[in-house]
Amino acid sequence: MNPFSGYLTELGHGLVTTVELTVVTTVAALLLGVVVATLRICPVPLLRTVGLVYVEVLQNLPLLALLVLFVFALPQLGITFPLFTSAAIVIAAYEGAYFAEAIRAGINTVGIGQAEAARAIGLTFSQSLRYVILPQAFRAVIQPMGNISIALLMNTSLAAAVGVVELTQTANNVNLVEAQPLLIFTGAGLAYMLLALVIGLVTGRLERRLAIVR
Amino acid sequence: MNDPQRLLFDEPGPRGRRRIRIATVLGVLAIAAALAVAVYQFAAHGELAADRWRPFGTWPIWRYLLIALWATVRAAAVTAVLSAALGLLLALGRLSRRRSLRLLAGAYVEIFRTVPVLLLIYLTLFALPAYGLNFSLFWKLVVPLVVANSAAFAEIFRAGIKALDRGQAEAGQAIGLRPAQVMRLVVLPQALLKLTPSLVSQLVGLLKDTSLGFVVSFTELLYSGQVLASYTHLLIQTYLVVAVLYLAVNASLSKFARVLQARDGRLFGRRRSGSGTDPAGVDPTATLVTDGATTIR
Repeated sequence: MNPFSGYLTELGHGLVTTVELTVVTTVAALLLGVVVATLRICPVPLLRTVGLVYVEVLQNLPLLALLVLFVFALPQLGITFPLFTSAAIVIAAYEGAYFAEAIRAGINTVGIGQAEAARAIGLTFSQSLRYVILPQAFRAVIQPMGNISIALLMNTSLAAAVGVVELTQTANNVNLVEAQPLLIFTGAGLAYMLLALVIGLVTGRLERRLAIVR
Repeated sequence: MNDPQRLLFDEPGPRGRRRIRIATVLGVLAIAAALAVAVYQFAAHGELAADRWRPFGTWPIWRYLLIALWATVRAAAVTAVLSAALGLLLALGRLSRRRSLRLLAGAYVEIFRTVPVLLLIYLTLFALPAYGLNFSLFWKLVVPLVVANSAAFAEIFRAGIKALDRGQAEAGQAIGLRPAQVMRLVVLPQALLKLTPSLVSQLVGLLKDTSLGFVVSFTELLYSGQVLASYTHLLIQTYLVVAVLYLAVNASLSKFARVLQARDGRLFGRRRSGSGTDPAGVDPTATLVTDGATTIR
């Protein structure tokens, strides 16, 4: 008997939760990444330091430690969110640091003449960033950002360790009843691979359309 | 290398300097306000009381945490050695001239790069015992980490080997070395030297991964933190101390990677001189690709 059949809705819900968590956090982390990358290159030394500290702290802490701190310890300070929201905030904050670094690396690939030209026609810092630098920076790092999104997808599974019922957690729950670990976990693994494949295909296509050949 | 500061703005003039001063003052105010809110929240819930922090000045608690940190480092070290070795083999497999080897290594890397480690851990916890493979807690953590990280290491090695100037391998062939000799004597030593910084920063990712010991009840830092927190009921304090410990270890490792990177820069000084557009140099995004694939997690 196929152990999946009785649990298809459950596994489906888990998969949907994983996808939701991934999409929400990718968008949030990307926006956060743009902000932090901008902080790291802006003319104000204090804000550059803030950006640097953010990236250093978030990249050097384990995501699971952040999740545990946020979900189990912050309620002691009277700060509580729904579980899904907590996980989304933490994962977005964590991956935001990686997106920021990727975007900054992209900014480094933009030719210095581009920035000089932008200044020469009188664009301000934010204008040259918005119209000249960032659009080119993004195009240069589409693939690294795709890799970060795939890592993000895999990292959403850690939300299971603090109780979010997403794909990994659902698989675990189903397995506790059915005791068919190999089949169930392989199935869940295949689902993750499929999702990663989709992200890979999308970024690959974007890259072919947008990448600038220098 | 482009200096991003030089890239985006000139030396500020009087107006620019005034704006920078204003932004700095506003920034300081914002940070102070955030800190004030945090302190207020701590105080309002009694978390600032001295006796809630005093335990962290005592030796037994520190001894407990340091033992846990040592377990973390040990798990990370064993994982690092095993996955680097396996990763190198996989990278060589992916670059092999034998089609079957290439396919096999490629499949392994692609699969374990896109399956969450937590899933592999659950698999190790629940599936392997059914086949008579019941590891100790240490190996229940290390085995899935090796499986996942070896794929990441393989990608680092492969990128490094492929990034090496083709002329190096061709020169090796020209003086009559066999392919295996070219790899061992010419390509690998140079690729490995250039890769040391990425390998060290991969160690940071690996050390962070060991926090999954939380799930398998292996007494590394995070799990021990949880045990300590439920014993002392000092949740916030314990997890903050644990976070600081992780930060201290990983920030030193990251710093070490940057120092290596800088030394590497001098070692390959002539290649770098073309401000990132050196035709013989590596495509600046090529290294990014490996960074994105490996240092995350």
